Amino acid sequence: MNLWNAITIGFKEIYANKFRSLLTMMGIILGVSSLVAMSALVKGMENGMKEALVAIGGLEKVRIEEEDIPAWQQHLADQAVGCTMNDVYGLQQSAPLVKLITPEMRMRPVLLSKGGRNFTPWNLMGTWPSALEMNEHVVQYGRMFNDLDNEFSRNVCVIGSSTRDALFGSPEKTGREINPVGESILINHQPFKIIGMFQHYESEQDRKMRAQAELLNQQGGTNKSKVNPSSANRRGSSYVFELKNSTVYMPMNTMWIKFKAGGGTNGVPDPRLSGVSVKVRSIELFELALQQARNVLMSTHKGIEDFTFRTQENWSESISASIKNARMSGGIISAISLLVGGIGIMNIMLASITERVREIGIRKAIGATFFDVFVQILVESVVIALIGGLAGLFTSNLLVKLLVVISPTDNTPVITFESMLMAFGSSVAIGIIAGFIPALKAARLNPIQALRYE
Amino acid sequence: MALVELRNVSKIYHLGGEEIRALDDVTLDIDAGEFISIIGPSGSGKSTLMHILGCLDSPSKGTITLDGTMIHNASARQLASIRNQKIGFVFQFFNLLPKLNVLQNVELPMIYSGISGKERKERAMAALKLVDLENRSKHRPMQLSGGQQQRVAIARALVNSPKIVFADEPTGNLDSHTGEAILNLFYKLSKEGRTIALVTHDPEIAAVTPRRIEIRDGKIAKNVDNKLAGLGGTSKFVIKE
Ligand SMILES: Nc1ncnc2c1ncn2[C@@H]1O[C@H](COP(=O)(O)OP(=O)(O)OP(=O)(O)O)[C@@H](O)[C@H]1O
Ligand SMILES: [Mg+2]
Repeated sequence: MNLWNAITIGFKEIYANKFRSLLTMMGIILGVSSLVAMSALVKGMENGMKEALVAIGGLEKVRIEEEDIPAWQQHLADQAVGCTMNDVYGLQQSAPLVKLITPEMRMRPVLLSKGGRNFTPWNLMGTWPSALEMNEHVVQYGRMFNDLDNEFSRNVCVIGSSTRDALFGSPEKTGREINPVGESILINHQPFKIIGMFQHYESEQDRKMRAQAELLNQQGGTNKSKVNPSSANRRGSSYVFELKNSTVYMPMNTMWIKFKAGGGTNGVPDPRLSGVSVKVRSIELFELALQQARNVLMSTHKGIEDFTFRTQENWSESISASIKNARMSGGIISAISLLVGGIGIMNIMLASITERVREIGIRKAIGATFFDVFVQILVESVVIALIGGLAGLFTSNLLVKLLVVISPTDNTPVITFESMLMAFGSSVAIGIIAGFIPALKAARLNPIQALRYE
Repeated sequence: MALVELRNVSKIYHLGGEEIRALDDVTLDIDAGEFISIIGPSGSGKSTLMHILGCLDSPSKGTITLDGTMIHNASARQLASIRNQKIGFVFQFFNLLPKLNVLQNVELPMIYSGISGKERKERAMAALKLVDLENRSKHRPMQLSGGQQQRVAIARALVNSPKIVFADEPTGNLDSHTGEAILNLFYKLSKEGRTIALVTHDPEIAAVTPRRIEIRDGKIAKNVDNKLAGLGGTSKFVIKE
């Protein structure tokens, strides 16, 4: 008997017991669709995280920060200077694997005011123009300050959209986009001129939601307030974009001279930096570049290890860990439902061969071999699993849509081809495993006893 | 050499320490083209003999040769192939598959011998014509009378052109009129040159066949040539020559 005949027989048998077969398939359908849906959710999560990682400067970015002096160097504590511009110049000269270097000087507390409105941005610092490239910023209005502004320590600043929203009003509230370039604001009571504004950063999902909301507002002006994107569900990675929007940059020298004068000694303003951001030339040379930077810093810090490297690796590691967890729990749930589905198939196949002992006896009496019967029963079980698997792939799409409606997330679930292939493959594998014992049992039947069976 | 050669065949069952000799040292030859009946009281071992002859069961002792092949020590796979190619089996309870139609039932043995769909259909229709049921090919077995069902079963037994047809009480489940028709069919098939062995406990049926083997308690009691014994034609059944 060839395989095609076995498959035809399998289909007929399943069609003859439509309802029973459908119930049996249910387990596989649920298993496959939950597997696909879970991996779609995880994939969406992953995409969102990657997006956020790029937004904060990518994996190549490393921050050099001050760190407590290790215990064995405590006696040198009074020699430690922390991060200074010396580090920056040292790296520029002696660390060729580092392609971008930006000093960062922050202050606390910070208060911005314009008219009656006050705002404390999350991320205010004095830096170099290269901060633009370092932190993947895009200027929407005006310009970034340049070396000249830095040289003359001009009171100019470039702000993010949240700062604009807080001091001048957001487009959602005022109904129009306000360009703050040219305006004057006070930063800790000193007048500053806004010379540029970054674009508004948001996740893919937020962008979509906003576009949708705008469309809705255009269509029916009556229910205008119904969808408010800024109050929409914000979870997961979108805080990254929130922080990025809350940036205020001023020239390095401006910060140093105008705000750090009080903290210094001998009339020189406090030269300590909050940190130095660097970008390595390529991710393949990451470790090497780090080593190079460490050597330079060891010399500029006179051998005192009062600095540390903060890489995004920790961040991306914790992301991969949480993704792994999500994948694992999703996988376990799906595996359990697939297992239950497989048990269901095995159960129904065992019942089915008990019902058909006589049929199997007849088939054997007229020449069916062990192999013929084995294949027939196995194919039947695989066909059930196969149909269940296909149906599961179909329902997984619906399930994902349903999940999005029930719990909106930051990240659009993405159904991948691999996950579909994987789920379908495991349904077929389950069909084979579940059918194996019943098929073996049927194939082993003695024809005489089978024919006597009532 | 005879088509079927049984030498000292025994079938022994063990039931709770007790030994049941369903067949006890049976030696028997069936030549090609013969039409024989096996008769005996209930429990005498007729079915057991038939199953062993039909390669459905294996003997405890002794040797069997069918068409030159030794089957007493053949593998399960070889036995399946012999059942498929060389043997046609007709059962008392027809044993058709209820979910398949008449044509599909007759096609079934050919599915296991790997014959293509087109040829299967042609040969199945030819076999159905032989038993006069070609106009019922699309019916389900349940939609046919007992006699018609048995004719379908005979068509199925013949469809792979076997060397020998075994029938275990083929009329046992039919009324005497229908039984007579089936008997006539076997007679016709025998006249066409087929080798047939049928089991019965009805002497009237046994009287129709040219040779009659009587078994009692698993032993061959008599091996009678009806023609030589002058018993031919004494049956109540009318055979249309
Ligand atoms: N599987 C078995 N286990 C034990 N004993 C068996 C088995 N099969 C048959 N027998 C015994 O073998 C003997 C012969 O049985 P068999 O079925 O061949 O008789 P039979 O001549 O066909 O009878 P009937 O005319 O009633 O069909 C009986 O005594 C029966 O009890
Ligand atoms: Mg019997």
